[in-house]
Amino acid sequence: MKFSELWLRQYVNPLLDTASLAHVLTMAGLEVEAIEPVAGDFSGVVVGHVRTVAPHPDADRLRVCQVDVGTGEWLQIVCGAPNVCVDARVPCAVVGARLPGMEIKSAKLRGVASSGMLCSGKELGITDVSDGLLILPSDAPVGLSVREYLQLNDHSLTLKLTPNRSDCLSVQGIAREVAAITGAQLHTLPTAPVSVSGAPGFDMGDVEAVACPRYRVQRLDGLNPLAATPEWMRERLARSGVRSLGAIVDVTNYVLLETGQPLHAFDADKIRGAIGVRWAQTQESIVLLNGQEARLDADMLVIADDAGAQAIAGIMGGAASAVSESTTSVLLESAYFDPDAMAGRARRLGLATDAAFRFERGVDFGATQQAADRAAELLLSICGGVAHPAIEVLHELPVRTPIHLRVARVARILGVALDGADIQETLQRLGCVLKETETGFQVSVPSYRFDLAIEVDLIEELARLYGYDRILPKMPRADLSMTAHSEQLRSVEGLREILAARDYQEVITYSFVDQAWETELAPQNQAIVLKNPIASQMGVMRSTLFGGVLDVLDSNLNRGQPRVRVMEVGRCYQAAGDGVVENLRIGGLCYGSVAPEQWGLTARNVDFFDVKADLEALCWPEPLQVLAAQHPALHPGQSGQLVLNNQVIGWLGALHPELVRRRQWGSAPIVFEMNVEPLLLRELPRYCAMSRFQAVRRDLAVIVGQDVSAQTILNHLRAANVPYVTEIALFDSYRGKHIDYDKKSLAFSVHMQDNHKTLTDGEVDAAVVQLTDLMQRQFGAQLRS
Amino acid sequence: MHTLDSIIVSAETDFLAANQVADLEQVKARYLGKAGLLTEQMKLLGRLPAEQRPAAGSLINQAKERIIAALEARRTAINQAELTQQLAAEAFDVSLPGRGMGKGGLHPVTQTLARIEALFRSLGFEVAEGPEIETDFYNFTALNIPANHPARAMHDTFYLDEKHVLRTHTSPVQIHYLQSHEPPLRIIAPGRVYRCDSDVTHTPMFHQVEGLWVDETVNFASLKGVLADFMQRFFERDDLKVRFRPSFFPFTEPSAEMDIACVMCEGKGCRVCSHTGWLEVLGCGMVHPNVLSSVHVDSERYLAFAFGMGVERLAMLRYGVDDLRAFFTNDLRFLRQFN
Repeated sequence: MKFSELWLRQYVNPLLDTASLAHVLTMAGLEVEAIEPVAGDFSGVVVGHVRTVAPHPDADRLRVCQVDVGTGEWLQIVCGAPNVCVDARVPCAVVGARLPGMEIKSAKLRGVASSGMLCSGKELGITDVSDGLLILPSDAPVGLSVREYLQLNDHSLTLKLTPNRSDCLSVQGIAREVAAITGAQLHTLPTAPVSVSGAPGFDMGDVEAVACPRYRVQRLDGLNPLAATPEWMRERLARSGVRSLGAIVDVTNYVLLETGQPLHAFDADKIRGAIGVRWAQTQESIVLLNGQEARLDADMLVIADDAGAQAIAGIMGGAASAVSESTTSVLLESAYFDPDAMAGRARRLGLATDAAFRFERGVDFGATQQAADRAAELLLSICGGVAHPAIEVLHELPVRTPIHLRVARVARILGVALDGADIQETLQRLGCVLKETETGFQVSVPSYRFDLAIEVDLIEELARLYGYDRILPKMPRADLSMTAHSEQLRSVEGLREILAARDYQEVITYSFVDQAWETELAPQNQAIVLKNPIASQMGVMRSTLFGGVLDVLDSNLNRGQPRVRVMEVGRCYQAAGDGVVENLRIGGLCYGSVAPEQWGLTARNVDFFDVKADLEALCWPEPLQVLAAQHPALHPGQSGQLVLNNQVIGWLGALHPELVRRRQWGSAPIVFEMNVEPLLLRELPRYCAMSRFQAVRRDLAVIVGQDVSAQTILNHLRAANVPYVTEIALFDSYRGKHIDYDKKSLAFSVHMQDNHKTLTDGEVDAAVVQLTDLMQRQFGAQLRS
Repeated sequence: MHTLDSIIVSAETDFLAANQVADLEQVKARYLGKAGLLTEQMKLLGRLPAEQRPAAGSLINQAKERIIAALEARRTAINQAELTQQLAAEAFDVSLPGRGMGKGGLHPVTQTLARIEALFRSLGFEVAEGPEIETDFYNFTALNIPANHPARAMHDTFYLDEKHVLRTHTSPVQIHYLQSHEPPLRIIAPGRVYRCDSDVTHTPMFHQVEGLWVDETVNFASLKGVLADFMQRFFERDDLKVRFRPSFFPFTEPSAEMDIACVMCEGKGCRVCSHTGWLEVLGCGMVHPNVLSSVHVDSERYLAFAFGMGVERLAMLRYGVDDLRAFFTNDLRFLRQFN
């Protein structure tokens, strides 16, 4: 809501300068977003009367003028404006005047003395552009300060109003609020109904009762279609950010700004038959004032005549019945539309109008007629003409049920005790009527306060007017108890820290990704599509973290980073039946050199097993297993599923060479992602006594088929639970010389120990035989000699 | 006895000529070994008359002791020289950088979240979570924002279908939590939120921390107390000025926006605070009775306050970041500044 400060001060004029007034408004919840002076900072500019204009002897485009500035002596001023002419009244900056960025001195322009400057609107900071001198009305008093004459010591204030305060969407409404906040006297401009004659001059049809409880139309005839909007009104509209569009529309806009009541003027000659208010019919459409054709829904209210919809009620008028430069008769509509019947409709139509904005939030149903009278009065005074008697259809207006306010409840919620007298005085300032009760008051609220319906609404008003600043902060008192803290749960922060300590940089990428990229990386997942994405490359919710980290890789490679190691913790989303599954994952990638470039280490690219070690560290002390498996985005021979405690929790692998080639990366990034939840569980440690007897180690080297998984052999060896065996580990894997091309050699260390005795050779040998037999049987393993 | 003296002189000369322990041992054998020169002298002793033997023997022993002393001295000297040489050979440039893996770090938003969580945990707040894909009910209706309410226009909502949205704030976590927990309680709920808006000062995804304290004794004064305390701890400024302005959120009443004195210009007015001297950092209020009753909390018995803050905003002010979008560009040169 933008308005002129001087306009406001016509209604209420507290002893506060502009900045203090803005502060008071802001601290009462009417946030002042902008304060703009309506003119530049200038002085010494008066109304000048151009008496003579003569050509400049040495310059075609300059003129030599004699200007009367009321001092008795004419000033000679050289002027270059194309529109300077004899008898014009224009702003004249006299010698010594200060304009934005300059000071006026006596000077010679191409050899001719000049004592002052005639000014354009732009030079005074009133307009952004100008094509010549600012021409003032012919009755402008010569010699009067232009600041005073044009009332330029004014500011445009912009309020960032919250949706609950529809009552402040007008200058009068804000004035009411300022009076309540500051205690300053509120002046109202009395509006009397215009005198009317004859018959109404139109037929009133049916009016939808619930959606439009009050509908009032008045016909005005004999308007002068060429009448000009008075300067003061144009100026006030301009300072409120509204463009002048002709007298009739200007008046409706002016009254809207003044009272908050949206009005609409139909060209009376273009209305056929009775005018009424009804719901739109199916398939009904209307061409609007702005030229847009709107297809209406059945829950949209229209103003219609016999020919069809002439306006979308409370939103925008139709083009067919709009006023034009030839309009001499209007039907002036002032109505109250129910907010529920208005809510959301404009937005659905892609429209945002001042009228809809107000009706959706609530327009004072008690002031429908006053606003109409004010508009009629202004129209007749500007355009001439006569008014006919209005017709008003009145159904049931909303009822403001009195609210019970408990004095004790005020103190309990605010933490500060306000006494009954203060409460009463404060609410009365807001226009409420109070009746005392045993515990507080019965409060009746004014018709324009749509936001006051329950007790706490009033308590907020009390806090606001008392001043939030005066409610002193106080730490609450509560019973102490410790918060739960499980030792069997690791924190997500802990996981992040582990990877950060292993040279991963955490990134945060958008949860929505490119659909094409998503399909390429995770065709097996059912992606969730956004209905209104902000950009096409952010069209679906990610079902994998791969896309985000690969994009991060790409952008950083483009910025010249040779080595990228990143990780992200975030949710992935998948459709599941009717619902949606959100899964917190940790994922990332490594690209480039395994270690930062440095002395003493041979540079090599990071590989699968480097990253696997990072993931093992992440899962530690739980053993992470990787089982060969195929993923559409990964190299089929260098990828696997991550398995923890017999549960598949994610993927690790080199990106598929095809994807690497398409992105023109130099090598394949190693990517991974896993579910976070299984990583968080941690067994509570349980102590076991250490054996005091000697441990024995035997190494077993076997030859197996090269496609046999080492992890599978280990799993079988461990699962066999051979007596005395405490640990089995793989310590070598070899392919090459002396081994058939389709075979590989694996070497295991077997540790044995007993808690009660030293093991005999026989017991050790028996265990070894059991393990080698198992490998031979299950995997065709040959013991290496 | 001339012979003994010459043997000693000869031994001392030979020892000095040896430069390694092994050489020295060979030289030693020449004098003290079984066929050594001194050993020969001992053997000759038997040929002397008995009365001369003690004196002669004593002389030989003296000579032997001198030779052994010379040997030991030389041996020590050689060892010392070898050690010196070894140390010199093994010396390296200790100023070379340490070798091995590099170090990564956490995203500044994560660090800011951790800081916010730690501060509220210290006051006994628990951390709660909720879904990011919400139903219309949790994101709006249960928070006293019915369909078509103008307040919905304040949220530029991403829709998935008729019923599902990406949550526009973390406030729905209040509803989830209150549906499954009995008051009194106090929680914060950090997480990602989404608004269909993207320009210099908006990203379509950002982070919020929601807070909720339900108890019989909390009130607006205590809301102010807790939040002022938080901001002062967060910015580590005991004298940080704060102010509360009336505002409107459908799910709180009274509602407030909280400003802090601009931490960039100390409240004097600068570009960051739009020359107002104040920075809006947070929205808050007493939970609306309609919200409490929607989750069956007796609003006569319990009062509650709630607040929601933007994490990126706090991170920007804390670390002096002047471009919101930098948080999601994931430029490693940006991220590494926070390690």
